[in-house]
Amino acid sequence: MDIEKIGENVWRIPREGDMRVPAVVYASDRLLDDLRRDQTLTQARNVACLPGIVRMSYVMPDGHQGYGFPIGGVAAFDPDEGIVSPGGVGYDINCGVRLLKTDFTEAEVTGRRKELLSGIFGAVPAGAGQGGGIKLDRTALREILVKGAEWAVANGYGSGEDLERTEESGRMKDAGADDISDRAMERGLPQIGTLGSGNHFLEIQKVDEIFDEEAARAFGLTGRGQVLVMIHCGSRGLGHQVASDFIEAMENAFGVAGLPDRELVHAPFKSAEGQRYYRSMCAAVNYAFANRQMIAHGVREVFARVLGTSRGMGQVYDVCHNVAKVDEHDVGGRSTRLVVHRKGATRSFGPGRPGLPAAYRAVGQPVIIPGSMGTASYLLAGTAAAEALSFGSTAHGAGRVMSRHEALRRFRGEKIRDDLARRGIELMSTSWKGVAEEASEAYKDVDEVVRVSHEVGLGRLVARVVPIGVIKG
Amino acid sequence: MDKYRFLPHTADGKFQAFGKTLEEAFGNAALAVASLVWDWEKIEPKVRHFVHVRGIDREQVLVKFLGEIVYLFETKRFLLGRVDGLRIRTEFASVSLEALLLGDVLAENHELHGDVKAVTYHDLKIEECGGFTVQVVVDL
Repeated sequence: MDIEKIGENVWRIPREGDMRVPAVVYASDRLLDDLRRDQTLTQARNVACLPGIVRMSYVMPDGHQGYGFPIGGVAAFDPDEGIVSPGGVGYDINCGVRLLKTDFTEAEVTGRRKELLSGIFGAVPAGAGQGGGIKLDRTALREILVKGAEWAVANGYGSGEDLERTEESGRMKDAGADDISDRAMERGLPQIGTLGSGNHFLEIQKVDEIFDEEAARAFGLTGRGQVLVMIHCGSRGLGHQVASDFIEAMENAFGVAGLPDRELVHAPFKSAEGQRYYRSMCAAVNYAFANRQMIAHGVREVFARVLGTSRGMGQVYDVCHNVAKVDEHDVGGRSTRLVVHRKGATRSFGPGRPGLPAAYRAVGQPVIIPGSMGTASYLLAGTAAAEALSFGSTAHGAGRVMSRHEALRRFRGEKIRDDLARRGIELMSTSWKGVAEEASEAYKDVDEVVRVSHEVGLGRLVARVVPIGVIKG
Repeated sequence: MDKYRFLPHTADGKFQAFGKTLEEAFGNAALAVASLVWDWEKIEPKVRHFVHVRGIDREQVLVKFLGEIVYLFETKRFLLGRVDGLRIRTEFASVSLEALLLGDVLAENHELHGDVKAVTYHDLKIEECGGFTVQVVVDL
């Protein structure tokens, strides 16, 4: 496949064959080498062939092979001529990240870390298929699907300020629960308020370095050593079931002929199937917002119990990195509504963009990029430049480079725990196998991912944070 | 002949399951999915679930059948240990599958070591060559 370098950290796959638009990849030479080893570039090209795609099929610096669409893929479609695709969102709808700040310093927390972690471990169920979350009935679940984090706040989990500092204010207004299957409801009911497993984690972190004082201040970061809490999880079994249900529904309605990968199955956005999926996907997004809202509340309660107060534990922001949204974007000088799919990509809206909380309007939205287990994570600020570069998007994390199988062969969970402990990081997990699978060596270098994001202008570096305590599902 | 084997895949669980018949290969694929979360060989057949799925083709039926293992685990805490009486029927424009799943309900003495989010169509293959091989990628 032809791929040409068109600028520093910018590559283009020119239009050929059935491609309706070119594909653009943001990567350093080193990151591109990783991308060439799997099917990422072919997948970016396949996305460029889909009906109604606008401008480009993009791959963010942490891109890697997904199903159908690449992870780290961004693609926008015309709502009249174009499509919506469950594969362009991913199975874990609104997998995302929430960052809480605190008034505590590392020195105040280090000695109490074990108590904090055990407390959180008890309050926030983690691990495989776990239920044990907050007990709800179906009526409450339906309300969550429609109202998202608003429901959680109205029921005593957190405050209105949290909502203001959540993407979409914690509620996708287009959500509808009518087409959510009984199976999705059954899977979702016992799992609300739970972390899940895989790459999901909850970390107590400290600010390690600040790169942009003004933005850091706006985001509520006060300086090195400040303690933060990062929550990375999604819509659990409910979202996975919604994705599976609508892949099947779209196959049944439109067939699978001509698809290079069945995970690329799609429906015209305006079709009945397209609209049913979109409303249901929004409902799953709301479930995930409510989930992180309730988990954050549980974390604050544990801090209050162990350290005497949860004062100052406001929210920096909450971002979703698996979603399709109808956003306004500039296309050829005209503001145009587009269905933007971000699969393993984070919204990165810059200063002045409508919809951002007042506190962030001058600096751009916080973009939270979690690292892999035990490594640094980053806080970036959205940029105005990202609008033209990627429909206002950037990377979402580190991105795997090694299979779980290979990681299991090479690493042992208990040894990773001991190594982390030597580096001053406490780890708690439900599964040592899971810990080995998530070894940081199995991931791309997140430092390189955010460096490229910063240099290209997709998201500007604000701060680096490092873990002092990790809970892995 | 092995029932299944796992293949390298960057992000997820990719495996091939084998059988002298398509039914045997599908049944072994169910055990491969189970093996990602629990040790199915240690599960006593105390509880049974009858499953029936229908789809537009064999691929969709396989994805839905394996999805049953995930669904029963998450909602009924059911741990599959054995697949019995699996039948696949191809009718005019659809394929259907029925099977009896035998296993146990998750308890203290069972050990879990992973999670499966969903069964995907990515790189899914059903091949016949002196027997049957099905290839599946699951989202972990």
